[in-house]
Amino acid sequence: MADTGYLSGVHADLSLTVDGRRHELTVDTRTTVLDALREHLDITSAKKGCDHGQCGACTVLLDGRRTLSCLSLAVAHDGSEVTTADGLGADGALHPLQEAFLAHDAYQCGYCTPGQICSAVGMLEEAAAGHPSVVTSDLGADLTAGVDLDRTEIAERMSGNLCRCGAYAHIVDAVDEVAHREVAR
Amino acid sequence: MTLTPHAMGTAMPRPEGPEKVRGRAPYAFEHPAAEPLYLFPVQAAIPRGRVTAIDTSAADALDGVVLVLTPETAPRLSDAIDPDHGVLQSAQVHQYGQYVAAVVATTSETAREAADLVRVTYAQEPHVAALDEDSSELYGPDTLVTGAPADDTRGDPDAALAGAAVTVRATYRTPMEHHEPMEPHTTVAVWEGERLVVHEATQAVSWTRQALAGAFGLAEDDVDVVAPHVGGGFGSKGGTHPNTVLTALVARAVPGRTVKYALTRQQMFDLVGYRPATIQHVALGADADGRLTAITHDVVEQSSRIQEFVEPTAAFSRGMYEAGARRTTHRVAPLDIGVPTYMRAPGEAPGSFGAECAMDELAGALGVDPIELRVRNEPEVDPEQGLPYSSRNLVACLRRGAERFDWSRRDPTPRSRLVDGWWHGTGVAAASFPVVRFPGSEARVRAARNGALGNGAGAPRYVVEIAASDIGQGAWAALTAIAADALDVPVERIDLAIGDTAFGSASPAGGSSGTTSWGAAITEAAERFRDKYGDDPDDGDEADATTPDNPWAAEYAMHAYGAHFAEVAVHADTGEIRVPRMLGVFAAGRIVNPLTARSQFLGGMTMGLSAALHEESVLDDRFGHVVNRDFAGYHIATCADVGRMDVEWLDEDDPYVNPMGSKGIGEIGIVGAAAAIANAAHHATGVRVRSLPITLDAFL
Ligand code: FES
Ligand code: FES
Repeated sequence: MADTGYLSGVHADLSLTVDGRRHELTVDTRTTVLDALREHLDITSAKKGCDHGQCGACTVLLDGRRTLSCLSLAVAHDGSEVTTADGLGADGALHPLQEAFLAHDAYQCGYCTPGQICSAVGMLEEAAAGHPSVVTSDLGADLTAGVDLDRTEIAERMSGNLCRCGAYAHIVDAVDEVAHREVAR
Repeated sequence: MTLTPHAMGTAMPRPEGPEKVRGRAPYAFEHPAAEPLYLFPVQAAIPRGRVTAIDTSAADALDGVVLVLTPETAPRLSDAIDPDHGVLQSAQVHQYGQYVAAVVATTSETAREAADLVRVTYAQEPHVAALDEDSSELYGPDTLVTGAPADDTRGDPDAALAGAAVTVRATYRTPMEHHEPMEPHTTVAVWEGERLVVHEATQAVSWTRQALAGAFGLAEDDVDVVAPHVGGGFGSKGGTHPNTVLTALVARAVPGRTVKYALTRQQMFDLVGYRPATIQHVALGADADGRLTAITHDVVEQSSRIQEFVEPTAAFSRGMYEAGARRTTHRVAPLDIGVPTYMRAPGEAPGSFGAECAMDELAGALGVDPIELRVRNEPEVDPEQGLPYSSRNLVACLRRGAERFDWSRRDPTPRSRLVDGWWHGTGVAAASFPVVRFPGSEARVRAARNGALGNGAGAPRYVVEIAASDIGQGAWAALTAIAADALDVPVERIDLAIGDTAFGSASPAGGSSGTTSWGAAITEAAERFRDKYGDDPDDGDEADATTPDNPWAAEYAMHAYGAHFAEVAVHADTGEIRVPRMLGVFAAGRIVNPLTARSQFLGGMTMGLSAALHEESVLDDRFGHVVNRDFAGYHIATCADVGRMDVEWLDEDDPYVNPMGSKGIGEIGIVGAAAAIANAAHHATGVRVRSLPITLDAFL
């Protein structure tokens, strides 16, 4: 057969721990983490909106950090821990962010929502760890105690997750509530 | 009848919410199937011509490829279908990106690779893909897509303009725009003998069923379409597009196997409709007191050569204000591109940009406050139909918004407020959207006293079935509340079932018509049920009904109204434009679910903001394709674009619209939003931007 420029039919064995459960699987080396979840493991909490790293619908926590699973090849993440929105809550309960999304109706169609929520969980941890954003006003300040998240900070840090239903105003309300509840605690 | 509200008007979280925030609510592609096959298409690389040869040998030879279909090998479809539904039926190419072959394989990676290996050769023919006002191909269509006449003239508008004390004449442009819901268009199809079962991302399971039955020459009963949850649509999942027919066609060739196909984001710019670009010539004439004496709104817009779609752009100007004389016309340029379709507030969204910016220009020319100008031209009866209004509270919306936006303290002088290097300004625009009721939705109410649902001897539960669709607007919650009030029971006793043709026929989630059309059917079914069985029915008692006609339809004009207020900041050096604040005040009858209604209004306003600042599909007329065909190129509003955004609605009691007293609210939020922003940008900078999107170069 002519050289097609493809390296097809190459498979790899790997394991992924998803929402606390370990899975062994064999995938085409071109398979993304997102497709490994959705098409191989039938775990469809993370959504495919663009497959190109442009929308955030596929956001999961990959080894604790928010990650676009459509841009991550499964073969490169053998042994990783993946948390989807379905695995966020303890003991089957909803995570506080999920509760806040419901209370503020921070979604309409719900397709971007699991990604928004995973992104918010990762984002709150980034802020708590003192990661600045482009709108953080005083970069000289000591941020080790965490960045104070006003609405501008939240909106900026959530802007990698598109919502065509336009639920942004309510998403900021929901994240704001949880961010300040957590600080108060 | 008119319902007494108990559940209606009370904030109700979406019943499907907990599943959605976990990601468990199943969208079409997630329907479980044993060993599914994956489809990937081959798309035409020319805008017009013929396929002369297709070489599939390399694709056929690939491990995992089950089938490569071409126009020569594809099963035949019936002829009596929409022109763009005839996928793989001939060698003709009528648009760039048209399906010319399709691969099915055991994995998505293999299907995509194989599709790339298919070699297609073409004989290209001349094409036209630029919207040109001077084109000799422009023609005057008979009707708009709504069925209304394309042209409508009252009085002598040219004479009235010539005699007007003040006139404004300007040309406004709106671009081609794409809906781009976050869930891609998806079909999961399997043939079980002569039955076709489809899980589909659709706003209208019944329309999908009808289209597929037509394409394959089946009885409608032999097609099942299922869509309990749909990830947005905005019009693009209303009509059936070639992707759905293609998937069913491919599945036909592998009977018993499930074939899955979700469009890539790029393919969504080719094949599933768009809002056509418009060029709008608007002229307003007024007397010295600011009373309109003439309105003309003459539109030139895109359509497709293979199938006419006439965006009802100027229809907005037929009913909004009183004017002695009025002309609205539409001319269409048939291009060799995909077929346009309804996109959130088709007609009203682009048309209100021209009309409501022109009103702002007229206010400036007259030296009259733009709110006052609108109040002075408030009609007594509907200018289009000559009917009294069932209710019209535009003025109240404008006044309430003015109060909240501190309008009385506004200095009307443009370019008068510079704060920290940003020019600030505020603007207003009005909105309206008709109350639409589609006929033919079937609703069924059934009592469940035993079994899993009924809980034995206690109070009866009610199963309410209707093939409605929830694309995010909140039908699950709203129809549950309506059913509860219609049966006069708490919402906890309602088990709603939607999104499946097993429940009969239903009109689409479109035209902001869902709650009206489906709610009226459910109310009617509930009324019949109670007439027959009272409030203590036996298990299995049931009654059904179809959406009744509105007895008041010929007596009153029925519309929702709204007023948008925007604050805009434009950077004095860079021209960067931001919208720190938006407010929408609406009068839309009874708000069935305040929690989700707020989201609908905000969602519409956010899409209006997006249209104002970002959205434009750039058509390369040399090749007939959209260049910026993904989210890196086609920008939509992000979280950081949205500043303070507030919504308020007025209490409005309208006994004529439907039993709920509600008006549709899915689209009015976008109508006028871009005009308010453009008007605010003018106030901020003195620069009048008459074309969308409003980008920084306009201010430099
Ligand atoms: S699907 Fe991964 S970013 Fe869009
Ligand atoms: S809720 Fe529909 S895209 Fe965000």
